[in-house]
Amino acid sequence: MAEPISQVVAAMPRARFVALMALFLGPAVAVYTLFSIYPLIATMGLSTYTTDNAGAYSFVGLSNFVTLLTDSLWSKPFWNAAKNNLIFFAVHMAVQNPIGIVLAGLLSLPGLKLKGLYRTIIFLPTMLSVVIVGFSWNLILSPLWGVAEGALKAVGLGSLFAPWLGLPSTALVTLALISVWQFVGIPLMLIYAALLNIPDELVDAARVDGLGHLRIFLHIKLPLVLPTIGLISVLTFVGNFNAFDLIYSVKGALAGPNFASDILGTFFYRTFFGNQLQLGNPTMGAAVATVMFFIILVGVCLYLFIVQRRLRRYSF
Amino acid sequence: MVKQRVQIFGVHAILIAYSALALGPILLVVMNSFKTRNAIFGAPLAPPTSATFSLIGYMKVFNASHIGTYFMNSLIVTVVSMALVLLFGAMAAWALTEYRFRGSTALALFLSIGIMVPIRLGSVAILTMMREAHLNDTLTALILVYIAQGLPLSIFILSEFIQQIPKDLRDAARCDGVPETRIFFEVIAPLLRPAIATVAVFTIVPIWNDLWFPLILTSSDTTHTITLGVQQFLGQYITDWNAVLAALSMAILPVVAIYVIFSRQLISGLTAGAVK
Repeated sequence: MAEPISQVVAAMPRARFVALMALFLGPAVAVYTLFSIYPLIATMGLSTYTTDNAGAYSFVGLSNFVTLLTDSLWSKPFWNAAKNNLIFFAVHMAVQNPIGIVLAGLLSLPGLKLKGLYRTIIFLPTMLSVVIVGFSWNLILSPLWGVAEGALKAVGLGSLFAPWLGLPSTALVTLALISVWQFVGIPLMLIYAALLNIPDELVDAARVDGLGHLRIFLHIKLPLVLPTIGLISVLTFVGNFNAFDLIYSVKGALAGPNFASDILGTFFYRTFFGNQLQLGNPTMGAAVATVMFFIILVGVCLYLFIVQRRLRRYSF
Repeated sequence: MVKQRVQIFGVHAILIAYSALALGPILLVVMNSFKTRNAIFGAPLAPPTSATFSLIGYMKVFNASHIGTYFMNSLIVTVVSMALVLLFGAMAAWALTEYRFRGSTALALFLSIGIMVPIRLGSVAILTMMREAHLNDTLTALILVYIAQGLPLSIFILSEFIQQIPKDLRDAARCDGVPETRIFFEVIAPLLRPAIATVAVFTIVPIWNDLWFPLILTSSDTTHTITLGVQQFLGQYITDWNAVLAALSMAILPVVAIYVIFSRQLISGLTAGAVK
């Protein structure tokens, strides 16, 4: 910090300063450490133990991880969930973020009327609970109700309809698209804010040079909001690799049909809590959570050290 | 000129189409919740008329579930968590931005870990801790976890706000001999009101909508939140379309009402927070 702290603070007796800091920082640090950081570390610790039938814990080193990654009883569902999670993330990156960018670009056009109304409506689904959104789409896509089928028929595409949520080949992508529908508001808002932040002189200069809106957007605005797009990508990554609510509320803990929509969040829940097929196993659950932690850590570090560092040059 | 007209028309066409896609499913659910079973299936896209209007779904939800209790639980958990996240978060943000001491940067980094690392991954240990403290199946357990979950991001957002407050304000107060605690509570805290909207979007909405922690930490009807209560009700009554649509609408409408009332503040808070 450039400026010196005010003399009153500097002249304060040391004991009083410490007491003041304890008062201001104490509650936040205590609650956060006790209920966020400690459980994370304790979970990692627990992943190196196993329980016997009597419930006694014994240290087993990394053998839970070896089991998880090599014993086919565990590794098959784990790799299936990891692969599905990657697809889930890929759909978000390929659909949610481009739609968010396009809509933000349109909303930030100068002199556009009704932009407040559009923003409010498009952001609305983001405010709703994932459970509500999942169930609503479950009903809409249900062949029983026939709303989706009717809508497709109305535009002459009736033959395309299938019970997408029920088919192993389409369930996962359909769920990912439902999630995209709900959360497109987040990239939209963040990019919109970044676009508003671009200095007017830059855009005006381009306009004087005769560039149209589209070329201004592609060549001037888009490169300037790349850091925001990087941030959105890492937020999407963390959110997706930690997702659970949508799949659980639409498909249940078994993430059917036949685990076709199983992702790491539902796999973690089943392992930890158990379900119709298996008993809950806290130590294996802790191992799954630890693996998820490292996956998220790798993603965040890649962002911090590669994407963020490269993109800094463009920031203004 | 004509080309420009066509462009503007095209922009509005795209935005209207997307708005319809965003709003349509919500409208469809709410609209059909007020209809008789036959009308729900016979003409799903028609709004309720005097002939098809029915509240039977809502009666079922009220009779067959503890929706009032769930709603109160969610309200208590969200309001208490929000108040404490704001209080503790603002105090910590103030201390970290205003005073320098050894380890303050490290402490700020430590507090920001939670922005990226989801607290959910510590669930196994959280459940064990809550059981040992006899807090499992209480709202207190949820509140403690949500405060820990909300603090990192709100400290970050509030620090940005505090840095924008002119330095003269507190220095003037200090010259008058006002103690440091009063400077915070009486000079700084009132100025943080605009930040509440931003903090609300990023920390309060996820608390209200959370399914995970109520699912693992609460087990009885008296402690379920609205999200978990509705989820379980829907699972149980999945074939009763009136009841399902009514339950969905009852979960949607309060959120939409609050959102519409505060949408200007929420969105400006969101965009202001994002700029940083």
